[in-house]
Amino acid sequence: MRVEQIAVFLENKSGRLAEITRILAENDINIRALSVADTADFGILRLIVDKVDLAKEALRAGGFTVGKTNVVAVEVPDRSGGLASVLKVVNEAGLNVEYMYAFVNKSGANAVLIFRFDEMDKAIEMLQANSFTLLTGTQICAL
Amino acid sequence: MMWVEEIETLPRAGLESIQLKRLQALVRRMYDKVLPYRAKMDAAGVKPGDIQSLADLRKLPFTTKDDLRDNYPFGLFATPMDDVIRVHASSGTTGKSTVVGYTAADIGLWASVMARCLTMAGVTKGDMVHNAYGYGLFTGGLGAHYGIEALGATVIPVSGGNSKRQITIMRDFGSTVLLSTPSYALNLADAMIDSGVSPEELKLRVGIHGAEPWSENMREEVERKLGIRAVDIYGLSEIIGPGVAMECLHSDHGMHILEDNFLPEIVDPDTLEPLPYGETGELVFTTLTKEAFPLIRYRTKDISRLFLEPCGCGRTLIRMEKVTGRTDDMLIIRGVNVFPSQVEHVLVGIEGVEPHYQIEVTRDGNLDVMAVLVEVSDHIFSDEIKVLEKLSKKIQAEIKDMLGVTCKVKLVEPRSIQRSEGKAQRVIDRRKM
Repeated sequence: MRVEQIAVFLENKSGRLAEITRILAENDINIRALSVADTADFGILRLIVDKVDLAKEALRAGGFTVGKTNVVAVEVPDRSGGLASVLKVVNEAGLNVEYMYAFVNKSGANAVLIFRFDEMDKAIEMLQANSFTLLTGTQICAL
Repeated sequence: MMWVEEIETLPRAGLESIQLKRLQALVRRMYDKVLPYRAKMDAAGVKPGDIQSLADLRKLPFTTKDDLRDNYPFGLFATPMDDVIRVHASSGTTGKSTVVGYTAADIGLWASVMARCLTMAGVTKGDMVHNAYGYGLFTGGLGAHYGIEALGATVIPVSGGNSKRQITIMRDFGSTVLLSTPSYALNLADAMIDSGVSPEELKLRVGIHGAEPWSENMREEVERKLGIRAVDIYGLSEIIGPGVAMECLHSDHGMHILEDNFLPEIVDPDTLEPLPYGETGELVFTTLTKEAFPLIRYRTKDISRLFLEPCGCGRTLIRMEKVTGRTDDMLIIRGVNVFPSQVEHVLVGIEGVEPHYQIEVTRDGNLDVMAVLVEVSDHIFSDEIKVLEKLSKKIQAEIKDMLGVTCKVKLVEPRSIQRSEGKAQRVIDRRKM
């Protein structure tokens, strides 16, 4: 129950994000979720897209450094306490969140939380044991 | 005032005859004792007896930094290690440093040439000399230290760093002379403002600054901010350290070379043919009097000019122009010699890092800032910030280990560092000299 995410290295200079989105648009790739992590000197763009391999190839051809990683997507009801309930389990299991981001799906009823854990297998096991809904990449793209 | 007037005002003929005698003895000694140099002389078909005049100097092979590296650490020493009482070291072009050695007589010689230099700047035994050159393997601190003591002045061996405390010491001890790199002098000037100390509270009279290139603008700034007269000193560890040449208080430009000990030449860096006085080229030195680590025709890679016009001080010693550049890619960052090849050496040693890099040097206030740009390849890329930050800290730490200079590491996108057909442009120096 993992979702493939691509990550792109972003040098801290103007126009880079625009260039990435231009390449994705040209290749008819749809972005489902994204986040940018940044430091004073550089950034990392993380994307969940409908065509992972095509996106990776197109961006690499465009001169970017691209990596592919697995993340976990958890669907929770979009109401207060949704994220807290997931983090409670994560915390009790002694897992660390390397990073996370979230989006609300089109119906507005549910939120999707994207996680990268230090121990992915254990995290998936714990979340499933606690009856959380984990989404696949295909499911995310169908939302 | 002069330290050894009879030498410093010798008519040229007298000086040249001393130089020739010393050169002949040196060549004979090198041929007997320093086998790598003997091999070079044999290959060039020169025998010690061939040196009949100073003009014959050009028959002798050059010595380069590569020779020093090939014979690392002590292979070019001319005396047994038992007679060597001190070593110093500076950056080499790769992992190996350039090591130099001194006998007791060499240390005495160094102290005396340094005392002569101090005298040129008007320093006397009555002075309180604030020596802010770094002490340690670098020749600056200890070289100046022994010269100050030989002169009979009082030395404050304060070394570098902790600028605020230095200002307090300067004020409380009544320092009259400052020895430091020019950029550190400006740093001290800022620290003075921060500490609320005005130049009038200090007794500083003269600053002796070297070990890095500095412009006339920088000199004016040092003089104005510290309220002193600032003069230039030249030296390099291979030749002896500080004390090779010095600007006197009368000189409108250029530094007197202590040429009874250090025989200078200017050569065309491409053809290596000696150039007449007045022409600009690469500065080459032969050490006439050193015992442990003598060098014949050592290519400094510094670009300068020699001139014989008489100086207002009465010295007959030849003068060299302030060094205007280098024939190689050596950088001087906060007084430390840095070769791009050293940075490359560090980068290729780190797993996954490609040797596509660029060194960017800027000046932030008075301090040189070196940034190393490294391309992020697929091998080192991670979607986690902390992994990339750890990598840049590792590169920074290893460069600091090798060079002794803290740099900034900037991770950049692949292929963003310009590739050129020929030699890559490894260095962008934005400092205004």
